[in-house]
Amino acid sequence: MGEILGLVAKRLGLGLVILLVISLIIFFMIELLPGDIAQAVLGQGATEENLAAMRAEMGLDVPAPLRYLDWLGGAVMLDFGNSIVTKEPVAAAIGDRFANTLFLATYAAVIAVPVSILLGVLVALLRNSIFDRVANVVTLSFISSPEFFLGYILILFFAVKWGLFPAISNLGEGMTLLEYLERAFLPALTLVLVVMAHMMRMTRAAIISLLASPYIEMARLKGAPPWKIIVRHALPNAWAPIINVVALNLAYLITGVVLVEVVYVYPGIGQALVDAVSKRDFPVVQACCLIFAATFILLNLAADVGAILTNPRLRHPK
Amino acid sequence: MQNSVNRALADRLDRMARSGSVSRRSFMNAAAAAGVTASAATGLWGASASAQPKSGGLFKFGIHDGNSSDVHDPGQYLSRQQIYLAHQYRSYLTMIESDGSLGGDLATNWSANSDASEWTFEITRKASFHSGKRLTSEDVVASMNHHRGESTTSAAKSLLEAVSDVRADGPTKVVFTLSSGIADLPWLMTDYHLAICPASGGGIDWESGDGSGPYRIVDGDWGVGFKLARHDGWHGKGAYFDELEMLVLNDPNARQTALVTGSVHAVSLIDLKTSALLARNPDIAIENVPSAAAITIPMHCNVAPFDDVNVRNALKLAMDRDEIIEKIAFGAATIGNDFHHSPAQPYWPEDIPQRQYDPDEARALLKKAGMEGLKVSLSTAESVFSGAVDMCVLYAEQAKKAGIDITVVREASDGYYSDVWLKKPFCAVSWGARPTPDVMYTLAYKSDAAWNESFWQNDRFNKLLLEAKSELDDGRRAGMYREMGMLARDDGGTIIPMFNNFVYARRKDVMRGDSVAASWELDGARGPSRWWFG
Repeated sequence: MGEILGLVAKRLGLGLVILLVISLIIFFMIELLPGDIAQAVLGQGATEENLAAMRAEMGLDVPAPLRYLDWLGGAVMLDFGNSIVTKEPVAAAIGDRFANTLFLATYAAVIAVPVSILLGVLVALLRNSIFDRVANVVTLSFISSPEFFLGYILILFFAVKWGLFPAISNLGEGMTLLEYLERAFLPALTLVLVVMAHMMRMTRAAIISLLASPYIEMARLKGAPPWKIIVRHALPNAWAPIINVVALNLAYLITGVVLVEVVYVYPGIGQALVDAVSKRDFPVVQACCLIFAATFILLNLAADVGAILTNPRLRHPK
Repeated sequence: MQNSVNRALADRLDRMARSGSVSRRSFMNAAAAAGVTASAATGLWGASASAQPKSGGLFKFGIHDGNSSDVHDPGQYLSRQQIYLAHQYRSYLTMIESDGSLGGDLATNWSANSDASEWTFEITRKASFHSGKRLTSEDVVASMNHHRGESTTSAAKSLLEAVSDVRADGPTKVVFTLSSGIADLPWLMTDYHLAICPASGGGIDWESGDGSGPYRIVDGDWGVGFKLARHDGWHGKGAYFDELEMLVLNDPNARQTALVTGSVHAVSLIDLKTSALLARNPDIAIENVPSAAAITIPMHCNVAPFDDVNVRNALKLAMDRDEIIEKIAFGAATIGNDFHHSPAQPYWPEDIPQRQYDPDEARALLKKAGMEGLKVSLSTAESVFSGAVDMCVLYAEQAKKAGIDITVVREASDGYYSDVWLKKPFCAVSWGARPTPDVMYTLAYKSDAAWNESFWQNDRFNKLLLEAKSELDDGRRAGMYREMGMLARDDGGTIIPMFNNFVYARRKDVMRGDSVAASWELDGARGPSRWWFG
């Protein structure tokens, strides 16, 4: 156990360094964007003096490295600064949005992960049957179509033709959990369809690759039924790659939802990020990107820890 | 010649009538120009007699162009979200009525001295802010000063450049002193930046979102949407709905499905490509309203070959505007005539002959200029407007018939207005709507204007522009704008293919008056306080 804690600590430390490097890259990429923040905020109608006053108000007359250091000074104390456009604290500006995205991602994950692993086990069991083929073709066609296209198809049938779910997923104050779930169902379903194929096929492949192993042969000779061979004998050894794929897809659920949010008008963090980039609102872009980066780092860490925990051999490296 | 004028106007009238819902004023203008008598035109229009408005209900509308980074500061208003919201929760001194005329919002009355250099606005006594505070002339003065002075960050600064002083004369009178006469000042007061906010500590309080408009904000988030409820102390007419919900629906498909499935009652913009399909839905009414927003193609008059007026006019004649409107704007545009004055603006001269596509005449003009086989490069970018590149390619094809070789140069979208516009001698530009011809001409056609995009110099035009500014006699002013229009059309350096139309839709259970204002989508952004449920 001690080794795992050591590993976690080491990986977290490395993660912080990665975040620092990422924040530096993001800052200078925003600096490289052509155009001008003051112009983006005030529009074509602004005069030169206008723009100068605006830049001074936003603190853009300070040299870029100083602005970065100033931001970094706050960030290490967990103060991510204020949006330079709206003057609101960044946490307040994106807090709700991030919570919404997290909710949608969780909603999708709760459906997608069990269903795809179950399907993966089933298609491994019934491999090369019609069921296997159909499941593969269907899930692969979902992952191959762009999210917005899938979204439009779902809207067409579930909202316009059958009227089962609302076409737009705007959330409001004082909605009950059930209303939330109903509103967010179509975006969640879109995400489920997009991530399912990857997880299902990895489960299937990981299990099938084990089926040729001698210990599986032993189990079969012993007379164990096929489902038991897969669930009891193959699956425990297949967890490591499956967990890795699940973690990657969970990260995707959080970072890749921008298109889905746009199609369903879901008030998540993706739209906030796009708006912030178009206004070159550096603190907000920085915060969004760091959240995304941290999500990837943490989920990868979780995947590694999970893989080690499910495989005793990895716990005692030679 | 006269016959082709009539035919052009009759065509325009026909298009307007077929599109179903132009503003009554534009329709009457066009009808009058086409020689239809006033009573006959009224009869044509009269089919949609207005019903009696009734109160009540929650009106939901979906809008385009909303950002999370928008703010309540009226000096920074830019997105449609800010503009639509502003017209619900804040008031202005004046407003553009549904029929296109100028009416009072907070101001009940306004008058000028003889050279229009001093204006007095009388403020209604009935107006109050949502906080309960009474609105007085002090609030108006503070709100105007927010856009003035050295250190202001307001984008409306240039609009009020000529205002040298704003002072309160008692609680109900505001006096504007101008450095030079501006007969248009009451029209300028409809500009969306000039919302009245409560005075506070030497400035204004814009942060709290308090206002004196027909609806008060209950809650909401920028980039997501706002809920509003009727302000009981509203000083004006209308505000029939009990509550409003404004939803930011940036995705065109989301707007369309939301409207079709009844999640919203109206949307501010529909996809032109599919508007014909949407029109088949019996529950949906589509508005197609000529606006003052324009697409222009300036030619730098100080650079060869555009320094020759024959070349400029040849390029104007080499454009088939009807085809551009049909193929690029899907019919949702009003034909341009190379002077930047839209039928949606006051003083529009309806009797200026429409320039037709005439490649032979263009060829003859080029021959006269000794420029046969003219080769020019036309710069454009996809961000100018949706279809900008396609429009330029189509124009290049049309110009081939006149022996003109136009090379379309696709520039980078980012930074187009700093690197291409005013720098490349021939480029495509998109202009937002301005309330009056004076504002537009002063901004982009006056000889010394920073944005004189064609670098056009015409003494007579500039003289008329200055005279018209302080001319309080409407008839004489209209005459001046007519002459300026002719000068710009026949001597100027700007090709104007079309004025964009506003194309938006509502469900048919939402009723409107006889006409809709052409200043913004949704009845001049005031539909939510002018419409009602039938």
